[in-house]
Amino acid sequence: MRLVNKKVPLTRRTFLGSATGTVMIAGLATKAQAGAPVLKTVASPDSAATLVAIARDIYPHDRIPDLYYATAIEIIDRQLMEAGDTSGLLEKGTALLDTVAQQKFGKRYVDIVAEGDRVQSLKAIEGTPFFAKVRAGMVTALYNQKVVWTLLGYEGSSFEHGGYLERGFNDLDWLES
Amino acid sequence: MDNKFALDDESVVVVVGSGAGGGTLSNELAQRGIKVVCLEAGKRNEIPDFVNDEWESFGQLAWTDKRTTSGDWRVARDFPNLPAWIVKSVGGSTTHWAGASLRFQEHEWKALSTYGSVDNADLLDWPIDAAEMAPWYDKAEFRMGTTGTNGIPRLPGNNNYKVFSAGARKLGYKEFHTGNMSINSEPRDERTSCRQLGFCFQGCKMGAKWSTLYTEIPKGEATGNLEVRPQSQVIRIEHDVSGKVAAVIYADKDGVLQRQKSRVVAVAGNSIESPRLLLNSHSNLFPHGLANGAGHVGRYYMRHMTGSVYAVFDKPVHMYRGTTMAGIIKDEARHDPSRGFVAGYEMETLSLGLPFMAAFLNPGGWGREFTSALDTYDHMAGMWLVGEDMPQASNRITLNADVKDRFGMPVAHVNYDDHANDVAMRNHAFRQGSAIYEAVGAKRTILTPPYPSTHNLGSNRMSAKAADGVVNKWGQAHEVPNLFVSDGSQFTTSAAENPTLTIVALALRQADHIAGRMARNEL
Repeated sequence: MRLVNKKVPLTRRTFLGSATGTVMIAGLATKAQAGAPVLKTVASPDSAATLVAIARDIYPHDRIPDLYYATAIEIIDRQLMEAGDTSGLLEKGTALLDTVAQQKFGKRYVDIVAEGDRVQSLKAIEGTPFFAKVRAGMVTALYNQKVVWTLLGYEGSSFEHGGYLERGFNDLDWLES
Repeated sequence: MDNKFALDDESVVVVVGSGAGGGTLSNELAQRGIKVVCLEAGKRNEIPDFVNDEWESFGQLAWTDKRTTSGDWRVARDFPNLPAWIVKSVGGSTTHWAGASLRFQEHEWKALSTYGSVDNADLLDWPIDAAEMAPWYDKAEFRMGTTGTNGIPRLPGNNNYKVFSAGARKLGYKEFHTGNMSINSEPRDERTSCRQLGFCFQGCKMGAKWSTLYTEIPKGEATGNLEVRPQSQVIRIEHDVSGKVAAVIYADKDGVLQRQKSRVVAVAGNSIESPRLLLNSHSNLFPHGLANGAGHVGRYYMRHMTGSVYAVFDKPVHMYRGTTMAGIIKDEARHDPSRGFVAGYEMETLSLGLPFMAAFLNPGGWGREFTSALDTYDHMAGMWLVGEDMPQASNRITLNADVKDRFGMPVAHVNYDDHANDVAMRNHAFRQGSAIYEAVGAKRTILTPPYPSTHNLGSNRMSAKAADGVVNKWGQAHEVPNLFVSDGSQFTTSAAENPTLTIVALALRQADHIAGRMARNEL
């Protein structure tokens, strides 16, 4: 069977690890700093970092680095800006989530260690327009990134490679005959 | 305007829509020397324009004009403005279809007589039957190059099919193969053969899959009798004082309204736009909508019982490699009430790319339960279940007076509730689909609810008696002699099978009928 290489090729951007090229030393980044996005509708860097954490907790894939969640948040932020949304939806949403996190666990959202506890906080705001916007936006903002395709084993466009006729369309060999 | 045929040429047949029904009818009439103006709302995207990218292609080809929805179907909750995934482009939904070309089973033409009366459903026998349709199916299969007919070899099975068929064998199913597909397995009809691109739903970049875009339409145009006008969205149909259709009002590519006179009008805008057009064409003579004296225009909208089963295995499958639909199990399509429901369903392999899987696997779902499934994307196999749903008077297309399109016309509102028979059938199909995959080692099976409907049927149904439907056995409106319906909205009942072959067969037959009537000056 022809298997798919699911490793992301190392480029300057993936090495630097930030959506906007800010230098980050691999291994020393805290959760709050990792891949911080630069946003147009959110002023606070803490909120920006919280949004990346929210993005990951909504659609957690351990093998997808923070960089791609940050990119997804940047895409959603840009959609809001282009739609002329001045309601501060993302900023207010993270503030609300932090309030809930404080109430339930005595901490800011990003400081809650257990994923299950963070998910509980998210569930409490699941009905809000903020959550709906982020979750629905992520469906394309995260899963339409070509690197995410590679990480999850999807090979993308096929015509320019001559299709799969000679690239393993029927090479499955592990079923007993 | 540089139209080929003049707007005031009353001798033309106007066909609304260029898909399986409209494209085929347009060509057939043109071949017989009849002048046809085919008005297509979408652009003319050709093969080089197609893209192997699910969302980019969706933006290019999908009908996204606003619609509203209601009813207990999950589509209304998850995709409230996208009840259907159909095409707005020359070629209609033949651009993005998977190619499955199945004949109705003999009993499915007589659903009421076969199943008996079902509570809360409005079953009706078609005014035609298998014997009448057989020669037209023969012509359609030859025309479309359907594998498994006319000596055309079936396509080879891909990885998704290997898993599916191994499970079918284990469960003791008897009738399964790679399907009757209108996709060239060898070069034929000046089109090349399939290279297993895996992007059938995004327009076939090989031209191997039959689509009116690069078969019927260019052949019709070559006669000199067919003019296709893209970006021409029909707004209303006008009639004369005697109640015969006389002209069609459409918005051209600049949004300017045009009036094209017509001798005959054939409506083939798929099953949401076609009834909407008739309803929006109300007048003093037809206060409830054109051809709607009996009140059935828009009613009995059907979308098939559908659902998907995806299964996760220990080892990679790469189901996305190759044709989107690559095989079928037909055993459950029989009518067998001992299973707890009337009518039957087909089981067909299906693959979605990762972007669409994220959107449709579990709409609204999130968290580890959701992502643990996507983490195994390349270990997934998948199938789509498609079965006969019950016609209900309350499942219908109506006009939404509160929501207007950019031309000021009320948009279509689609109401749909599952019938108990649909639910029982789906539950059975989910169980059987899961069993197939578990028989060959699936670690996890995921049941997926119906997608925005790709099969849209029944909203201008055929009936023997005018009181029971909209059109007669020729697709001719009971009330308006020179108005025809040529798409799936004619369907009296939905049968278990994918509708395209039947739509093409009906169009071939209807063209023969219309041409004969015109030649005898009866139209």
